[in-house]
Order: sequence, then structure tokens, then C-alpha cells
Amino acid sequence: MLMGLYNYWIVVVLMMVGFYIVIAHGNLIKKIVGLSIFQTSVFIFYISMAKVEGGTAPILAEGIRQYSNPLPHVLILTAIVVGIATTALGLALAVRIKEAYGSIEEEDIQKKDNLDC
Amino acid sequence: MLAHLPILQVIVPLMAAPLCLFLTRSRLVWLFTLIASGLAFLISSLLLQQVMVSGTIIYELGGWDAPWGIEYRIDQLNAFLLLIISAVSTIVLLAAHTSIKQEIPADRHTLFYILYLLSLAGMLGIVATGDAFNVFVFLEISSLSAYALIALGKDRRALWASYQYLIMGTIGATFILIGIGMMYQMTGTLNMDDLSKRLPEVAHTRTVFTAFAFVIVGVCLKLALFPLHLWLPNAYAYAPSIVTAFFAATATKVAVYLLIRFTFSVFGLSFSFTALPLQMLFVVLGLLGIFAASIAAIYQKNVKHLFAYSSVAQIGYMIVGFSVSTTTGLMATLLHLFNHALMKSALFLALAAVVYRIGSVQLSQFHGLGRQMPFTMAAIVIGGLSLIGVPLTVGFVSKWYLALATLENGWWPVTALILLGSLLAIVYVWRIVEVAYFKPPIAGRESIKEAPLSFLIPIWTLVIANIYFGIDTRLSVQVAQAASQSLFGVSP
Repeated sequence: MLMGLYNYWIVVVLMMVGFYIVIAHGNLIKKIVGLSIFQTSVFIFYISMAKVEGGTAPILAEGIRQYSNPLPHVLILTAIVVGIATTALGLALAVRIKEAYGSIEEEDIQKKDNLDC
Repeated sequence: MLAHLPILQVIVPLMAAPLCLFLTRSRLVWLFTLIASGLAFLISSLLLQQVMVSGTIIYELGGWDAPWGIEYRIDQLNAFLLLIISAVSTIVLLAAHTSIKQEIPADRHTLFYILYLLSLAGMLGIVATGDAFNVFVFLEISSLSAYALIALGKDRRALWASYQYLIMGTIGATFILIGIGMMYQMTGTLNMDDLSKRLPEVAHTRTVFTAFAFVIVGVCLKLALFPLHLWLPNAYAYAPSIVTAFFAATATKVAVYLLIRFTFSVFGLSFSFTALPLQMLFVVLGLLGIFAASIAAIYQKNVKHLFAYSSVAQIGYMIVGFSVSTTTGLMATLLHLFNHALMKSALFLALAAVVYRIGSVQLSQFHGLGRQMPFTMAAIVIGGLSLIGVPLTVGFVSKWYLALATLENGWWPVTALILLGSLLAIVYVWRIVEVAYFKPPIAGRESIKEAPLSFLIPIWTLVIANIYFGIDTRLSVQVAQAASQSLFGVSP
């Protein structure tokens, strides 16, 4: 049970680690790192669920009967692109926040915002 | 050509977006965007007409059969949403050229229109598609462009709001992705129609239950259900005014559509409302949202903030209608979706006009505006009356059906609370009226004039729609009824 599904355990651990970092850390860059880990866990989830034991890559060849499911791999390629776009946008925003507020700590930014109000 | 309408609906704005780069002058790009959005509006009206006459339209992308290829499936619900989104987008765009001249630096105008079109294409795509993974892709297209659009706001707080929205939005979208993955794992299909047939066989498994929970929480983050609404007020308040008018009327509506689609069509009514205590959960959160957000709205000093909180409250009404889970309840939700889009786009466009003239939306700056900008302020008053739910405005129609739906179910305390919630709306609308009409103009600002026609025409189009659909409810009620009946599988 534990060892047989170890890939899913990795997924769950990564997912929780990433999610925790997003919530708990005040540093904007760290938040984005957490978000990336969180998303990556989902990529692994999709990829490992497509694996068929004893199956190979879906290329027609003699003597091969069993193939892994290629569809989740393709889906996750799209999701990876989306993830990169999100990270890039997040980092770009962090740069501009640094220029505008002079800090990338959530607390400092919140404090400066409260002063503005 | 007519057979390809479902895909053209999405492709037109999607393809128009990069083409904007070739047009250098701001006015040209604006005209081009307006034409693309207008075309989308035309297509969605044709689609709605076609669906109402001949039923669901199925379009297979590239000619691949449904479970393998991606299929676009337009039924009454989709067509209704497509019409709302493209109509609001087009009307709001009419004022965009004048409004962004002041709010966005000139070298970013083209980028603004590109992002706007991408966001529009994403939203239309979410609604048009019948493929669960496609939903995620379009969701991210519309969200990513939304984050960038919000960050274009003048105030530095726009950046912070956009960042927070990015974090929350990505968590929501990833939750939806996890849910879709689990559904695929159990059924081997991503087609929504196919999913709805295969999920009942595996409905007892824990995986399906977990998938459902992930999807629901993800969607609720996107639709800003109380208490997951924290990203919304700042995002709406600091985004460029045009962006706020567009998103307030469409973005959360698309998420409400996803909620309805996943619970009613994909997971099926009997599973959705038994797996989780969804009814109890949503009625409580909906009502809490109505009260918490309305009370928060009363204490806001920034009028954009005020209406943003009111948006959270209005989402509460939609969720209450949804949780009744009868045809009347769902109809009330759909009607409120339509009506709220009309109210909020009118209100936020009027605020855009105020920003254009006085450069601020602080309530303290509204003194005497009732006399200086009579048409704009009259629009805010009528929009506000509609929010409260005064008869002869659209707000009354949706509140009426909502009250009817809850009473039908014997939930009279809920009905009472809904009416009480409307009273709170009177308070926050009155605060604006009081300042604008009963206070003398601020010294040194006597020269403020009425907003230009490029604002007044779209604002009053929306205001007149607010009144028209409040009196002649045939179109909205008929479509909402047909859509909710088809979701319940009742043949009309």
C-alpha cells in the first residue's frame, strides 16, 4: 500500500509543501516558488497516472502490445506552459512591486498600503 | 459559415488579439477591437437564436468524433452566457478609447486591447467548450490576461492586488486541474457529456468524491464566494476603470457558469447534492456573503471598493438561488447573472466617467456631482435602485424569482434574510446619493462638466437595458427558464 503507490505519496507531499509555502511565507518570490512546487506536483500526478505497468511509449513497433497512455502527457505539456506563464507573470509583478514599494515582503507592502488609505 | 459559429465565437477574438500588434495607432486598435468584439456579439446572438429554435448545437473540432476530439456544445445555458459576455464586452469597449487615454500610458494602449481580447476569448472559450481540460486552458488564458490587465492600473496598489489575485486564481485553477485529473483517472474521458454518463458507475469511489471537492473549491475561489472573496475588492478597485466594468460583469459570472455546469451536468444532480452537504453549505455561505459584504460595502470610502463588495454580496444571491436546487431557484440564479451583469457594468462605467472627469472615486470627492454630472449620477442612481431591487428595474425581477424559489421550498427565513439584505443595499446606495445630491460642490471644482458622449452613450445603453429588461422580461425569463429546465432534464 505504502510502497506500491509511492509516486502518489510524492505527489501529495509536494502538493502540501508547495501549498504551505504559498500560504505561510510573506516573501513574494518564495510564494511563487511554492506555487511552482504546487503546480509541479499536479504535473507528476498526471504523468504517473498515465503509466501502464509494462507499457512503453506509444510508438507502433513489432512485438509490443502494451502502451502507456500518451494523452495525460500531452495535457500536462499544456499545463506546464501555463505554469511557466504564471511564474513569469508573477515574477514580473514582483519586480514591479519592488520598484513601486521598495520591498517584496508582504508585511511591508501591507503597512505602506495602510498608510496610503 | 453558420455551421462553424461555435468555433468562430472563440476564434474571432483570439485571432484578433495578435493582429492588434500590426495596427500602430491607438484609435485604429480600438476600432479593430470593437469590431472583433462586435462580431463576437453578433455570433452569440445568432447562436442563441439557433439554440432556442432547434436545441443544442454540437460542433466537433477538426471533425474528430466526440470522446476523442474536443467538442463544443452550445445549449441554452451556454448561449445565454455567451450573449451576456460578448454584449457587455462590446458596450464597455465603446467607452474604452476615451477612458484609457487618461488611465494608461500611450505606449501600452495596444497591449491593453490585446489583453482585453485574450481575456474575452478565454471567457467565451470556457463557456463554449464541452471538454473539461479545455475549460482549464481557457480559464488560464482569461485569468492570465486578467492579472496583467489589473496590473495596468495607475495606483501602485494595482500591482499588489494583481499579485494577490494571481496567487489565489492559480490555486483555484490548479485545484480544478487536480479535480479534472482525478475524473480522467476514473473514467478515461475528458468530454463533459461522456463524463456525465460514466461518472455514475464510479460515483461511490473516494477518488470521485475528492475530485468533486477539488473542483467545487477551485470554482468557488474563482467566483469569489464568501469567504474566498478576499482577492476581489482590491482587484476591482485598482484596475483601470474599463477593466473593472468588464470584469465585474463577466469574470465571476463565468465561474458561476462552471459551478452550474460541473454540479448539474458533469457530476449530476443526485451526486452533487448528496456527496457533500452542498445545499446547506451554499445557503449558509451565500447568506453570510450577502450580509458580510453588504455591511463591508457600507463602510467603504472608495466607491469602487463599495461596489466591489456589493458584487461579492450579489454573488451570494446567486449562490442562494443555486442552493435551492429547483428549476425556479436555478432560474433565479441565471436571471440574476444576466441582471447583475447589466447593473454592475452600468455602475462601473459611470464610475469610469467620474474618474475621467475628477480623477478619483473617493466618496469625499463626490460632493455636488449630482448637479455637475447629472446624467452620470442619474445612471448611478438607477443602477443603485436596480441593485436594491426596486420594481421596474432588473434587480426586482431576479429578487422576485429568488424569493419565489425559496418560498416554494418553504425556506421562508431565507426569504426574509434576502429581503433584509436588500435593505443593506439601500444604505450603501444612499450614501452615494446623499453626498452627490445634498452636498455643495467642492470649492475650486465648479468647472467640472458632464462626461463626454463616448461615455454617456454606453452608460445609458446599459441603464436603459436595466429598465427595459425590468419591464419586458420575456427574453431573459424565457431563456433562463429554458436553460434551467434543460439542466434538470425537464422537457419544456
